[in-house]
Formats: sequence, structure tokens, C-alpha cells
Amino acid sequence: MESFTPITATLGGLLIGLSAAMLWLGNGRIAGMSGIFGQLLPPGRTVVWRIVFLASLVAGAALAAWLFPALGNSPQLAAPPAWFTGGAPLWVAASGLLTGFGTKIGNGCTSGHGVCGLARLSKRSFVAVGIFFGVAILTVTLTGIV
Amino acid sequence: MSKDLDFRYLALAAVAGLIFGFGLYVTQMTDPLKVLHFLDFTAIPTGGWDPSLAFVMVSALIVMFVAVRVGRTWRKPLFDVRFNEPEFTRIDAPLVIGAALFGIGWGMSGICPGPAISLIAFWPQNLLIYLLALFVGSYGGSFVIPSGREKRLAMAQ
Repeated sequence: MESFTPITATLGGLLIGLSAAMLWLGNGRIAGMSGIFGQLLPPGRTVVWRIVFLASLVAGAALAAWLFPALGNSPQLAAPPAWFTGGAPLWVAASGLLTGFGTKIGNGCTSGHGVCGLARLSKRSFVAVGIFFGVAILTVTLTGIV
Repeated sequence: MSKDLDFRYLALAAVAGLIFGFGLYVTQMTDPLKVLHFLDFTAIPTGGWDPSLAFVMVSALIVMFVAVRVGRTWRKPLFDVRFNEPEFTRIDAPLVIGAALFGIGWGMSGICPGPAISLIAFWPQNLLIYLLALFVGSYGGSFVIPSGREKRLAMAQ
């Protein structure tokens, strides 16, 4: 299997779960990235903790990369599939736009629906997770990006 | 009034963010290619599939599932007056369409919002374009779906 890493995946996953658990039991907040990110603009009334959380998220990744550089501390964005002639910036922009818009109207992404929503046994999250994983797998297959 | 300037509330958000980012890097889900190797099911027959992401999701879910059970026995979280649990439960068109559009965006790059933001630590080429587009897309979506609990509940009536 292509660099399957079950041990680090599980350890890191436990940390992600711990973070979500802390935010829930401590602050009563869902660790949903698209929500934390998407409500930074007005009329967001609770902006400070979102900025603190997101800045710490970046710092946490940087700290881990400094401690464990061997896990790969120079990730790159994937190149568009060969058939796409519009250039990488356009492809990347389309991906970001669809993700921003979709997670906004769908109320969540991999963390909010995927980790927190499923843990709350939310019906909406089960539907959302099924759809976005399914469509993402289909998209990778159809575009041939890998 | 929110708890937005309460020291303990913000300190907890800082520690939780730090742990999330740390964990994300340890799982290597900050690497878009690693995520794409999970999403590429066509590689299953050839042995090129990377199931790591499933291990990330399941282990995170187990911890959060326990936390939610514990929380159900509490009146309120430690540092706020109530749990901000989504009260909107109907499966509606924006949920389905939004999840599908996100699926396309995710499949095109292997990037979802959490890793996108933690990638700032590594600043790969074109990340800024992605983040700006993410922001614009999210802002655009806010004209379709209002933010905030009250508005969302009002829409559901």
C-alpha cells in the first residue's frame, strides 16, 4: 500500500479527537474548521476565540513539523490533472471556491460534520459525510488527479 | 454577552487549536497528496491505496464520541453558559448540495478547510490563492445560508 501509516494516523487522530473534546466540554463549541473560519466576517459576534484557535492551529502544525520533520514538512499542493490546461492557480481557486461555498451552505466540513457531527449522532452529519466523501472519491476518479 | 474575552475561554481555544494542528501534522493529512491517495479508490485493486485517513477519522471520532456522552450529563460546558449544539436537524437541499460541492472541491485538491489553514505553517505555492478562494466562497455562501443560530432556526420554521 502507498505509504500507509496506521500508527501516526491513529495517534494524530486521537489528538484531533482530544482537541474537539476539549473545545466541546470546555467552551461548548464544535471544532468545525469551516464554521470557525467562515464566521470570522461580520456579523460574527464571537471572533476573538476563532482567531486564537486558528492561529494556534498553524502554530501546532509548525511545532509538530519542527519536532518531527521526517513526517514531511514541505507539503505541496497537487498539480492539476494533465488534461486541464488552465494552469494550477485557476484549478486551485476553483477547488477553494467550491469548498468555501459548499461547506458554508452545507454547514460543515471534515471536522465539523465528520468528527463532531458523527460523534453527536447528527442525522445531517451522516448525510453530509456520506455525500462529501462519496463525491470526493468520484471527483478524484473522474479527474484522474492522482 | 459572549465569553469572547474571558481568559480561560480563550486559553482553552488556544490549547485546543495547538493540539489540533499538532495532531493534523502527525497524521500527515496536511499533505494534500496523502489525502488524495486515500480518496483514490481506483488504486485499491493495484495495492496503491492509502487507508490512513480512515484511521484518523475513527480514532478522532472515538474520543469525541466519549466527550459528547460525558457532556450530555453536564448542564453546561466548563467556561460558557451552554453547549452550542446545532438545533437545526432537517435534511434540506443546502446541506445536500453544499456537501456535494465541497466533495468536488476536496477531490480536486485533497485539501479541506482544517489542513488548508494549517498549511499556512508551510506556505506551499498557490496556498494563498486557495485560501482567498475559500474565503470568497464561504462569504458567498453566507448570502445563501445565514450564519448564526437564531437566523438558522428562523429559516427552519
